[in-house]
Amino acid sequence: MSEAPAAPPSASADRAGLPGGAASLLVRPPQPRAGWRLLPARVAAMCAVELQKLRHDRTELYTRAVQPALWLLIFGQTFTRIRAIPTGGIPYIDYLAPGIIAQSAMFIAIFYGIQIIWERDAGILNKLLVTPTPRSALITGKAFAAGLKSLVQAVVVIVIAAILGVALTWNPLKLLGVAVAVVLAAAFFSCLSMTIAGIVLSRDRLMGFGQAITMPLFFGSNALYPVSVMPGWLQAVSKVNPLSYQVDALRGLLLGTPAHLATDFAVLVVAALLGIAAASSLLGRLAR
Amino acid sequence: MTGDTVEAVSCTQLAYAFGETRAVDGLDLSVREGEVFGLLGPNGAGKTTAIRCITTLLPVPSGMVRVFGHDTARDRMAVRRLLGYVPQQLSADSGLTGRENVALFARVFDVARRERAARVAQALAAVGLTDAADRLAGTYSGGMVRRLELAQALVSAPRLLILDEPTIGLDPIARTGVWEHINAVRAATGMTVLVTTHYMDEADQYCDRVALMARGRIHSLGTPAELRQGLGERRRAAGTGATDTLPTLEDVFRDVAGSGLDDQSGDFRDVRSTRRTAKRVG
Ligand SMILES: Nc1ncnc2c1ncn2[C@@H]1O[C@H](COP(=O)(O)OP(=O)(O)OP(=O)(O)O)[C@@H](O)[C@H]1O
Ligand SMILES: [Mg+2]
Repeated sequence: MSEAPAAPPSASADRAGLPGGAASLLVRPPQPRAGWRLLPARVAAMCAVELQKLRHDRTELYTRAVQPALWLLIFGQTFTRIRAIPTGGIPYIDYLAPGIIAQSAMFIAIFYGIQIIWERDAGILNKLLVTPTPRSALITGKAFAAGLKSLVQAVVVIVIAAILGVALTWNPLKLLGVAVAVVLAAAFFSCLSMTIAGIVLSRDRLMGFGQAITMPLFFGSNALYPVSVMPGWLQAVSKVNPLSYQVDALRGLLLGTPAHLATDFAVLVVAALLGIAAASSLLGRLAR
Repeated sequence: MTGDTVEAVSCTQLAYAFGETRAVDGLDLSVREGEVFGLLGPNGAGKTTAIRCITTLLPVPSGMVRVFGHDTARDRMAVRRLLGYVPQQLSADSGLTGRENVALFARVFDVARRERAARVAQALAAVGLTDAADRLAGTYSGGMVRRLELAQALVSAPRLLILDEPTIGLDPIARTGVWEHINAVRAATGMTVLVTTHYMDEADQYCDRVALMARGRIHSLGTPAELRQGLGERRRAAGTGATDTLPTLEDVFRDVAGSGLDDQSGDFRDVRSTRRTAKRVG
């Protein structure tokens, strides 16, 4: 069972397993990383896993592209004709596109709470918690992995929007800003759902919660319509909803509409940090 | 922490309760550096809970558990750097290949990039998974998942390897295989092994010392031979049992576990998780 089998094409040259007794790397423990370099290393590790999974199974990427495409195609084109929503002079489908980018990124991020419960049930989380990875680093890693996946999704939606004729910017600096906004918001939403996971502890309950919060977050934001047309109570919801700030930033960057970029990014950064803190402090409950 | 001989693991009056259930209840344990130490005991004895305390997964007050002198309450990261852990439940990420599963653990143990690929390949080779390394772990059999988990634990060259029922649900050949891999690495690195198992033959053959646990604490401790002899002498003194044949470790187990513990052994949760494991393995 342990003899060295015939060399597979890709394996490295030094394949001598321990039973062979050859000079082995497995006798030396790795050099620990210095404190400040730990966090970026863990984030990179979690992002690498995310990319590997995306590479093995792209179906999610495709199936998740259907919904935003339908929103843009049906809702966007229809309301562009009706002209019922005040967009400040741009076609409604243009106005809608940043909202749909934010929505599809949020749906992906919200899934992370379910994923972490799945990892708990599968025993994977416990094993990761026994590695030199502080809980906050694990959560930050997951948050950025969610950001990365959301970013891939955002690219897909941007391409769909461009195909449908939405006049988006191609200014690389602005696109970089879009990427940052998407990652920060995904970090917040993934941490929100991991926080709820740490409270409810079971997948079924979390599914219920996920459904109960995603739609209000979406409709209680400026993704579909400007804040000015909302009733007062919904405006209040929108005011504390990070999704609104994300959409505002995306619109400003992608379409050049008036936006409050400084406020938007400040809110997104603070929300992401608070989310990471909350989810990290509750992660221990999942490990028990 | 004594100056000259640092124990790999030392627990002093370790206690942990889940609500009313006192899973570990005054456990005193000392594992010497370099030995294979077997933690035995009936379902629900508290073996997994004790291990989860030692691995820093469950929070315990400081002073109760030390790993190579590091207090698990105060110095978590230092403890974790020394550990390789294979939990009772089969657990590999089914959406990643075997190689990626091991690479993840190389990354989170800070293996330098330049030696990562080679180290991962060596860990996979050490458990005989080189050929299957680039298949998704979701396609592995139970025995392969166990070996993969062993590779994940070994890639960081741990000083203490903690295995919670590493051979559960494996066929006899795979069981021997897992132990051969462990012993090969031990011979090369002098690593300490703390293991739980329900296979008494396995404990007898591979463990330097064993402790029999029941109801959250240790009832007997010694080399397998010492425990067998001890029971034999007690039986001879009491004039009970088959006095002519030497008792096996299983007899010792029955002696400790059978003394009025039957009704409380293994609750539903344990049975269910064992079944789940068995199903995935089978
Ligand atoms: N997460 C938990 N919540 C509540 N009770 C628990 C939990 N984990 C274990 N217990 C209880 O603690 C006791 C000890 O369980 P533990 O899993 O440590 O036993 P064990 O010796 O590992 O048993 P087995 O041989 O079946 O694996 C049992 O009564 C069990 O029901
Ligand atoms: Mg157990």
